Amino acid sequence: MSHLIPNPLALVAELTHRCPLHCVYCSNPLELTKRETELSRDIWARVLGEAAELGVLQVDFTGGEPLARPDLVELVAAARAQGLYASLITSGLPLDEKRLDALVGAGLDHLQLSFQGAREASADEFAGTHAHVQKLRVADWVKKRRIGLTLNFVIHRQNLGELEDMVRLTEKIAPNRVEFAHVQYYGWAFSNRARLLPTREQLDRSLEIIENAKQAMGGRIRVEYVVPDYYAKYPKPCMGGWGRKVLLVKPDGDVLPCHAANVLPGMRFENVQSKSLGEIWQKSEAFQKYRGERWMPVPCRDCDRRTQDFGGCRCQAFLLAHDAGATDPVCSLGPGRGIVDQILAEVNRPALPIPAVAEWVYRANPK
Amino acid sequence: MSAPDFESRPRLVPGCRLNEKTRQPRVLLMPERALRLSGPSLEIIERCDGNHTVREIVTELQKLYSKAEPQKVETDIVDYLARLHQERALDFE
Repeated sequence: MSHLIPNPLALVAELTHRCPLHCVYCSNPLELTKRETELSRDIWARVLGEAAELGVLQVDFTGGEPLARPDLVELVAAARAQGLYASLITSGLPLDEKRLDALVGAGLDHLQLSFQGAREASADEFAGTHAHVQKLRVADWVKKRRIGLTLNFVIHRQNLGELEDMVRLTEKIAPNRVEFAHVQYYGWAFSNRARLLPTREQLDRSLEIIENAKQAMGGRIRVEYVVPDYYAKYPKPCMGGWGRKVLLVKPDGDVLPCHAANVLPGMRFENVQSKSLGEIWQKSEAFQKYRGERWMPVPCRDCDRRTQDFGGCRCQAFLLAHDAGATDPVCSLGPGRGIVDQILAEVNRPALPIPAVAEWVYRANPK
Repeated sequence: MSAPDFESRPRLVPGCRLNEKTRQPRVLLMPERALRLSGPSLEIIERCDGNHTVREIVTELQKLYSKAEPQKVETDIVDYLARLHQERALDFE
């Protein structure tokens, strides 16, 4: 079996769960890693080296908020020393030009900046703190340096009405790339899902707006739109397949195939403090569990789409159907589709009341 | 792509670069994307440094791939560069 295991291509380095924002849709687990259990810089440097040896091409420094790590510049340098493409996935807080220059000097290739909306008032409401103005500043600074810039607008029912304004803001900033990404329902977003999932009408309208944006920005800005998969007929090829392309290392060194896998019962994750990354990728129980096709239920195991979507998302199957080995309930060919249809029916009821801000579950900070 | 400007100089955009020469396979790296390169595609990308005109890239590759039909080499290069531009990997200066 081991000769069939492909090399991973990307390492998601979740450096910390500390974060100055409290986004209501955060995909971090509800149980956040405590600061004192965060990996040291030396261990991260070792992990980056092992990742490069395994064939990993890119590392995404993320979190929480990776800027909360005082050693971030050194980690970026360590990544580049190993030949990795280094991306920073960030809220832009806290950052000043001096630190940005240090990051660029250390070899940072790309910065992906999150936006919670197009307007300060609403964006700050969803972030749970004043952040929007700082983000605009950061975008400006990054544009003056020669690294890649992606704007990531996090989309959900409550801000979809601002989509055209987001497009306008994108035109104004003119990044290399923009991602309009619907919230995915894991972690805190799963708790807040009833308030986040868009209506069908909103979704259809948004597809028009994005199509127009793609036309207008063609040849200048790369536009990506990630739609909520509940509305799709077939599931997403989650992470490019379980244990096929991506490794995620949590702040305390546990290695997961994705950021949500901690919800799956009975999963034992290996830790980089006791094993090498390569050994974990190839042999750990968690990574082996849903690799290949042996685990697939009917209809996946006989389905032509199994090599395209790999049966969808295990975590979603667990969250919605309470069975991590089931066909992703999004799939219209699978037995669980009714669960998703029920959720959509509730959201698309006429005259759905807009909830007050007080009803959101805001992301906490680790203790 | 409309008639290409053969005097323009393609250059990889910020955030888009090749991996190191010592690494195999050679790959073009961009945000959330990697393109495996070999042979002609690698030769083209290596010349997208803002110093080679499209014309020069075509001429050099026609020499390198002398057995290939020169017109096809030119068309393939123009198409490839146009696609990379659309994907936002490079700009024409």
